Amino acid sequence: MWLFDKDMWFEIFHTLGKNMFRTFLTMLGVIFAMIILVLLLGSANGMSNGFNKIFAGTASNSLFVWGQSTSEPYKGFERGRRIRYKLEDADILKRQIPEIQVLAPRIELASHRGTVTVYRNGQTSGSAVYGDYPEIDDITKKKLVEGRFLNQTDIDHSKKVCVIGEETYKLLFEKGEKAIGKEIRINGVYFTVVGIYKPNNNINIDGENAVFIPFSTFQVAFNSGDRMGWMAIAVEENTPVPFVESQIKTILKAKYDIHPDDDRAIGSFDMSEIFNNISAFTTVLQGFSFFVGIFTLLAGVIAISNILLITVKERTQEIGVRRALGATPVIVKRQIVLEAIVLTAFAGLVGFAVAVGILSIMNSMWGSGDDFPFVQPMISIPQFVISFVLMVGLSVLIGLLPANRAVKIKPIDALREE
Amino acid sequence: MIEIKDLHKSYKMGSNSLHVLKGINFKVEEGELVAIMGSSGSGKSTLLNILGMLDGADSGEYTLDGVPIKNLSETKAAQYRNKFLGFIFQSFNLINYKSAAENVALPLYYQKVPRKERQEKAMQYLERVGLKPWAGHLPSELSGGQKQRVAIARAMAAEPKVLLADEPTGALDSKTSYEVMDLIQKINDEGNTILVVTHEEDIAHMCKRIVHLKDGLIVEDKKVEQVRAEQYV
Repeated sequence: MWLFDKDMWFEIFHTLGKNMFRTFLTMLGVIFAMIILVLLLGSANGMSNGFNKIFAGTASNSLFVWGQSTSEPYKGFERGRRIRYKLEDADILKRQIPEIQVLAPRIELASHRGTVTVYRNGQTSGSAVYGDYPEIDDITKKKLVEGRFLNQTDIDHSKKVCVIGEETYKLLFEKGEKAIGKEIRINGVYFTVVGIYKPNNNINIDGENAVFIPFSTFQVAFNSGDRMGWMAIAVEENTPVPFVESQIKTILKAKYDIHPDDDRAIGSFDMSEIFNNISAFTTVLQGFSFFVGIFTLLAGVIAISNILLITVKERTQEIGVRRALGATPVIVKRQIVLEAIVLTAFAGLVGFAVAVGILSIMNSMWGSGDDFPFVQPMISIPQFVISFVLMVGLSVLIGLLPANRAVKIKPIDALREE
Repeated sequence: MIEIKDLHKSYKMGSNSLHVLKGINFKVEEGELVAIMGSSGSGKSTLLNILGMLDGADSGEYTLDGVPIKNLSETKAAQYRNKFLGFIFQSFNLINYKSAAENVALPLYYQKVPRKERQEKAMQYLERVGLKPWAGHLPSELSGGQKQRVAIARAMAAEPKVLLADEPTGALDSKTSYEVMDLIQKINDEGNTILVVTHEEDIAHMCKRIVHLKDGLIVEDKKVEQVRAEQYV
């Protein structure tokens, strides 16, 4: 098999090695093309990872349901009736819809997105105050900088504890002051701070200036009875969120005498929709960078072909001599094509190595994903293999061009004294 | 060894056709040292190209060592060239990025001779042309005479039936020319068949036979008393 002919490879490397400058110039195009391809792909991957990280704290297959006002009169009720859920709804829904994994009821002080004045030692903050179950942490994860989140014991004993946002901490406490164990006052009731959470650049539904207290404590302290503001619901992995969403709405509509066609009475937000949009976006981004990269690579390979074409002209005499000495057209052709392949492959590897180096520098500089969605920019092995195979394949096709030119050189023309 | 009968060759120059060889009949026996002479345009280079299978004839017969040379494919021609012929050119035509030894070994590479054997043979032939110490040098580090000697070693390395030399001394001063001719004579003394194309009288007389070409025909074909180049060296 000629492919394993050691002499042939020696001859090719010898020829390329003895013409270093030419070889280097020829390779530049592909080196840069490969760098661009890998950087593009790596950055797209980094971005994709970055988005994934943003959502890492949020269960992607989740939805939020809250009450609004009816927009249709029904069963003797006028339109514009405010829908208020009861805590029992949580159990009803959980029982009737097995696809619900976690259901965390929540209640807010004041209106939705409204704020309450929180006091401490003469300092105040306008914060949102939520009564929550610890399960909420399974749906929207809080990054705690200090202390702990609410737990079941807090609920069971209606403990007067709270977890506050970093923003709230800054407003209520001096810089560097220890907050854990200190008390804050909400509507005349004192709560002990047990945890501080940090804004983590992730999706932040609750905001950074908020106070979380146990649901049961909320009921007692603020006399909310069995009212429930809204629900955060995590759905089983393989169940489409809209499916569960419509079931929930049907049940709630029946329970609260809402017209079946009234779409306004129950507010809901499907988290998975955002996820799908973003993953579609990153997929398109990756596809696009692959597309651009491959064409850049094509341009690079064409550059190799071009330079080989020029060098074939320059090497007319050499090729003529080789043919006069007995090189058959096939041998000449093979030599040129293999030179093209070796050049491309080597240049590709060099470009790859450089690009990977650049990516790891980028990674160490911005890879933590704190400032913008960019985490671990790197290309995957299949991406690398595909681009490499494509590149070498192209180089074969494109190497044939100068190879055919080389074969067309008649030794007699090459050796003519002029 | 070489036999050609009624060889014709013409080149197309635009609408005109230039009849270069107008019926050459010519025979070379084994061990001969033949000079082909003629002014420029006489057709001597064309004849050599046809003999060297670098160019095809329009009509006529050409037999080399009993093998009819006709309608060769490029591949076949390359193989025959490699097997039967050694070329020596006026401008040496060494590959400039290969050392002397690598240049000499090149025809052996195309004969698929193993690498080690190739190197040994190359050294052996370089020694015969007296350039063994220069084996590792690039052509650019050699003088004109040395380059031509490397080229001769290369032509010999494949052990061809016939050596074809196209103005081998054309680019050399007379002293080096004689050195090269001395080498060619010695190679001929060993029984090798050599054809030398030249337009220099003194070089021609260092061969054993002179064939004069004029306007595409052989006008004179005579055996001459060989002048040994040794005495001028």
